[in-house]
Amino acid sequence: MQKIGQYFQSLLLWELLKGLQLTGKYLFKRKITVQYPEEKTPMSPRFRGLHALRRYPNGEERCIACKLCEAVCPAVAITIDSEQRSDGTRRTTRYDIDLTKCIFCGFCEESCPVDSIVETHVFEYHGEKKGDLLMTKQRLLENGDKYEQQIAAARASDAMYR
Amino acid sequence: MLNTLLNTVFEWIQTNILMQIIGVVVPVAFQNEALLIASTIVKIIAIIAPLMIIVAYTTYAERKIIGYIQCRIGPNRVGFFGFPLVGLGQPIADAVKLMFKEIIIPTGANKPLFIIAPILSFAPALAAWAVIPFDDVMVLADINAALIYILALTSLAVYGIIIAGWASNSKYAFLGAIRSAAQIISYEIAMGFALVCVLVAAGSLNLGDIVEAQSGSVLTWFWIPLFPVFVIYFISGVAETNRAPFDVAEGESEIVAGFHVEYGGMAFSIFFMAEYANMVLISALASIMFLGGWLSPLQGVPVIGEPSLGWLLLKSSFFLFLFLWLRATFPRYRYDQIMRLGWKVFLPITIVWIVIVSAMVVMRIPPWFN
Repeated sequence: MQKIGQYFQSLLLWELLKGLQLTGKYLFKRKITVQYPEEKTPMSPRFRGLHALRRYPNGEERCIACKLCEAVCPAVAITIDSEQRSDGTRRTTRYDIDLTKCIFCGFCEESCPVDSIVETHVFEYHGEKKGDLLMTKQRLLENGDKYEQQIAAARASDAMYR
Repeated sequence: MLNTLLNTVFEWIQTNILMQIIGVVVPVAFQNEALLIASTIVKIIAIIAPLMIIVAYTTYAERKIIGYIQCRIGPNRVGFFGFPLVGLGQPIADAVKLMFKEIIIPTGANKPLFIIAPILSFAPALAAWAVIPFDDVMVLADINAALIYILALTSLAVYGIIIAGWASNSKYAFLGAIRSAAQIISYEIAMGFALVCVLVAAGSLNLGDIVEAQSGSVLTWFWIPLFPVFVIYFISGVAETNRAPFDVAEGESEIVAGFHVEYGGMAFSIFFMAEYANMVLISALASIMFLGGWLSPLQGVPVIGEPSLGWLLLKSSFFLFLFLWLRATFPRYRYDQIMRLGWKVFLPITIVWIVIVSAMVVMRIPPWFN
């Protein structure tokens, strides 16, 4: 008896009609597309985008050339040279991040003892020439100056979980 | 209203443009023949041009409707003159893009066949429109064997696919072609028997007469006495046009793109247009044979009950929507399931239904066959 019922169910396309009903319902559901350049999805304070080197409020750069980030970088994207400055502190003379190598894991940021190298929320950047994606110390510091407010706000909002 | 408008425009073109030109260019002895040819060409253009626009916007409707079913919004950026207009410029942008692309002919391909294949698949899809009646008078070729002509031309489309698959000299293309050939031939039979039912019910092969035979109201259309056949015809039509869930010929997840994997640019887009033109054709045929073509569902009621081209368009667009809805809903049939459905389900049902319809016709069962 059940078998006959099943036979007629498949012959009368019952299950197919149920499928059509379901997709038909979805036709009128609210659409969830995010219209990207105009709308953006919310971003975590821990978002890992473009890198930046930060400074202290007095303008002194934070990086002390401990090279922890260079050591921890799994993609070997960071290159650091350092020297002793005339005031006796150790500073970098060269701090390069090759963004074409970088995998944006955020280890450099986590390893940094002075919160110098950070990743900002900027993800919409591009390079037009070879070398445009090789971030030098100069450019990283510029990024830091430019996005300092954003960086500080993100650190502050996440501080209680660290 | 629409019909009279179209007739007036056509007559105006005939008297003011064609007759003027022919009167000057053609010798007096051949003027009648020349006028006949010229007005036929005008009619052909009047059918093909809107059809091409419908084909273009069916692709847009497909992306939009499937997008909506998947909770997306589909294309909505390309518009006209800087206004997005919910993406209505998309099909035109796509067409222009395809036109500027290079047509690559593989070195191992059979060149003449490779080039002729898209034409062979597209031409029948257009030629079949010659006998489609848009109105009791608006039909290009009012022939009595229209149903057979349609059956012949829809089967011809398979040659384009087979030749494309063969001439490409590629495994995937060949696999697609074989699959499609077997599938189309199987469903052709069920479709043919479905058409026999219509023929028996209407007592004519002329599509205009078939529509006239359904005259009355929504209840006297053939979809009620021929309901199983109606469903089978539409499903066979979906299989015939190689649309999902019967798209094993393309099967992009199995054999890349099937028979047209080696085609690019305009050659590919002709296959694409052929597929959509066939969809429109099947939709129009289904509405003519089972839903009373240009007849109004409320026949007899003033204004809204008048037969009109608009009703045919409305019914056809319902079937076109169904094509897209099916594609958005169902996964692809397995190959043996397709064959089982065609041979072991559809064929017996249509044969049984021929007997039932014949009995109904002989017994003159009202309201359809009195």
